[in-house]
This record gives sequence, C-alpha cells and structure tokens, in this order.
Amino acid sequence: MITTALYKQFSREMLGAVRQPGDALAPVVFYLIVGMLFPLALGSDPRLLAQIGPGAIWIAALLAVLLSLHKLFRSDLDNGYLDQLLLMPCPLFLLIGARLLAHWLQTGLPMLLVTPLLAESFGLDYALLPVLLSALALGTPVLLLLGAINEALTLTSRGGALLALLVLPLYVPTLVFGSGAVYAVYFGENPAGHLSLLAALALITLLFAPWAVATALRISID
Amino acid sequence: MSVIKEYWHKLSSAKHFYPIAGALLPWFLIPALLMLIWGSWQGLVVAPADYQQGDSYRIIFVHVPAAWLSMMAYMVMAINGAIYLVWKIKLADIVAESAAPIGASFTFLALATGSLWGKPMWGTWWVWDARLTSELVLLFLYLGTIALRGAIDDRQRAGRAAGLLGLVGAINVPIIHFSVEWWETLHQPATVSKFSAPSMHSSMLTPLLVMALAFTLFFFAVLMVKIRAGILEQERHSRWLSALYAEAPETTTTYSPEGEPGRNG
Repeated sequence: MITTALYKQFSREMLGAVRQPGDALAPVVFYLIVGMLFPLALGSDPRLLAQIGPGAIWIAALLAVLLSLHKLFRSDLDNGYLDQLLLMPCPLFLLIGARLLAHWLQTGLPMLLVTPLLAESFGLDYALLPVLLSALALGTPVLLLLGAINEALTLTSRGGALLALLVLPLYVPTLVFGSGAVYAVYFGENPAGHLSLLAALALITLLFAPWAVATALRISID
Repeated sequence: MSVIKEYWHKLSSAKHFYPIAGALLPWFLIPALLMLIWGSWQGLVVAPADYQQGDSYRIIFVHVPAAWLSMMAYMVMAINGAIYLVWKIKLADIVAESAAPIGASFTFLALATGSLWGKPMWGTWWVWDARLTSELVLLFLYLGTIALRGAIDDRQRAGRAAGLLGLVGAINVPIIHFSVEWWETLHQPATVSKFSAPSMHSSMLTPLLVMALAFTLFFFAVLMVKIRAGILEQERHSRWLSALYAEAPETTTTYSPEGEPGRNG
C-alpha cells in the first residue's frame, strides 16, 4: 500500500517533468548561464579561469538548486494537492522523500550531465572532473534537502528574498567541502577527506531532512 | 513529584512567570553592571599591555565575551524554539523570540570589535579569519529567524516555523564552524591564530572571565525585560493582566454607567 503510494507520487512528479520539459530544465540552463557570467566578469585569462573554475561551478550549482526550489511545493499548494498529501494515511516524510528524489532526478542529475561542458569552458584539467562530479553528486542532494526544509517553512509567508536569506548560510559547509575537494586535487592533494565529510553531510541530511520538511509543511499548512 | 510538576507548570505559564521575571531582573542587572564596571577597569586600565600587540589587545575584554554570548543566545533560542515546537508552551516561544535580537546584537558586537581589532593587527578592517567568518554566518542565521518570524502573520505558526528553523540552525552551527575552520587551514595555512598565546596571565584572565560573567548576566537581564514585554503583548487581552494593572479609580469609572459611552450609544 505504502509502496504503491510512493511509486504513484514519484511517477506523478516524473510525468510532470516529461510533459513540461522546459519547466524542469530551466535550472540547468540557469546553471550554464551563471557559469558563463564568470568569464564575462573576470576576463578570459585561461590560467585565471582554470583556478576559479571549481569554485565558480559550485556557486552556479548552488544558485541553480536555490532557483529550482520554488517548483517543489508552490503549484501543488495552489491547486490543493498538497492538502490532500497531508491527509494521506501514509508517513508524510516518505512521500516527501519520493518527491525530492524525483526532483533531484529532474534538476540535480541533468546538472551533473552538463557539468563537463562547464568544466571544459573553464579549461579545467580532466583529472579534476571525476572529483568535481562526485562532489556535486554528493552535494546537490544536500543543497536540495536543506533548501526543501526552508521552502516548506516559507511556503505561506510573505517576502520573496526570504528563502535565499534562510538557505544560503546553511549552504556554507556543502560549498566548503564540495569546492574544497576539487581544489585538493587542483593543488595535488588527496580529496578523500573532503569527499568523506561531504558524504557524512549527505547521510545526516538524508536522515533528518525529509522529517523536517514534513514538519515544516504541517506548520505552513494548518 | 506532583509538587515539582506543579512548580514547573506554574513556571512555564506566562501569568506566573511575569512577576518572577520582574523579581529576577535586578538580581541579574545590578551584579552585571557592577562586574562590567570592575571588569572594564581591570581590563582596560590595570591589566598590563601585551608585549606583542600593545594596548590593542584590550578589545578582547569585549570581543571574546560577545562572541561567547552570541553562541549561548543561539542555544537559548534554539532550545526554547524546540520546546515550543514539541510541547507548545507559549512562554518558550516568547523566550525564543526575545533571545533572537539580543543574540544578533551580541553577534554584531563580536563582528564589529573583531573588525576594529583587525585594523591594528592585520592592517585591514576585514580578513577571512575562521572565527570572524563563522560569526558572520551566525549573524545571517539570526537575521533569517527574525525575518521568518516577521514574514508570518499568525503568531503560533510563526513561532513553530522559527522553532524548526532554529533547530536546523543549531545542528548546522557546529558544522558551519568546523567547515570554516577546515576551509581556513586549506586556503591560508600561514595565518596565525589570535589565541595562539600559550597561556594568559591571571591579570588578564580574571577580568576576561569577569567580563564574560557580566555579559551573561546582562544577557539574562535584557532577556527578562524582553520576556516581560512579550508576555504583555501576548496576554494583553487576558483578565489576570488587566487585574494586575487596574488602578482603583479606573475600575470604578469603568463600571459606572457614564464611564462606558460606547456601549450605551
């Protein structure tokens, strides 16, 4: 019964993305555009670009995830679907988990797929690419989950910039460990420490965030 | 057992805590002011100048207690927010709401004094020192909870949302602090920590600890004032409050027929 509900929830989200591909791909395009802004702002010196590249890519990823958050619950809040979800005889955090997984597959995964393009445009060494991709694979779920908590909290509040104010300070550790892993390879060191910390962060967030999102939704929609 | 339970129940009710907070206030405020004066005198005048930093190190007597209090206030806020989230005790929400701006002020003070200290030490107002950076992130966390509270009109919902955010923040504060320290060791291996001195002479340590205690007591004094204000605001329609502040002549006019023209007309 629960697995059916979870599967339905997941497939509904995926189907929406298939039917409205432009909607789902907007954050990915945003990711590429922000990446493009850095060379335009800082000049096209290849050495400089290779050095700022990992950090710039991480900031672009962070902003793209932030931008994608509004798609999580808003439209379902407006059409009343979210109220029905809260009434379902199934643990809310599991439903949220299914929904977040679908959301990550629509935004996080495509971002990973286009990252080599961005890395190439910054002229990053190919040796950095595996670490960059694994760091992003571990980091983007954390960004998404932390963002989802705050998106759920601010769902029925006033103020547009509030979400960014709440979320960005919480993104600091992910950014530090994520870009740190890539820079470790850049400076010829072992990135294992950074990646382990990032993985620990991902596990903690995976454990607690769905519950926190569910609680936040119940607070916002009473 | 039931006596303790009843005691806690009373303590957690706004009606009973209101006079207690008023009675506690001078016990926090007066020692705080006395210790603040003594600690400042000892720290700024009596304590010897540092052999490396000269007189500029004296800002630690404000900077370090402010930084400690910025963390403690966050914990007070987060714990009370969690209590409200779980047990729905209104007083806890008032405490959490009151602690946030005080904590933010201490964080700002720690940042400002750190910046003032940086000028003679490093030659610039701001360096990306790990402690200063995590204080800056803490300030943003405070501003976030205050803004979230302000953005939700319903009092109960605002309190629960801020409580959950405080809880998420409380888990994140140590992680942020650790990550920023980790980040600094990677990017600026040559930076010397401000607190690298092996041990502090007692002529400096004693005023520092006294100042820290004074700041803590001052925090609780301000907290009591703000809690009382919060109770007044929340309970402004309650009967016990109007009974507490009703003056004898006013009550007589209220009950006289000509005292209530609105109801008659």
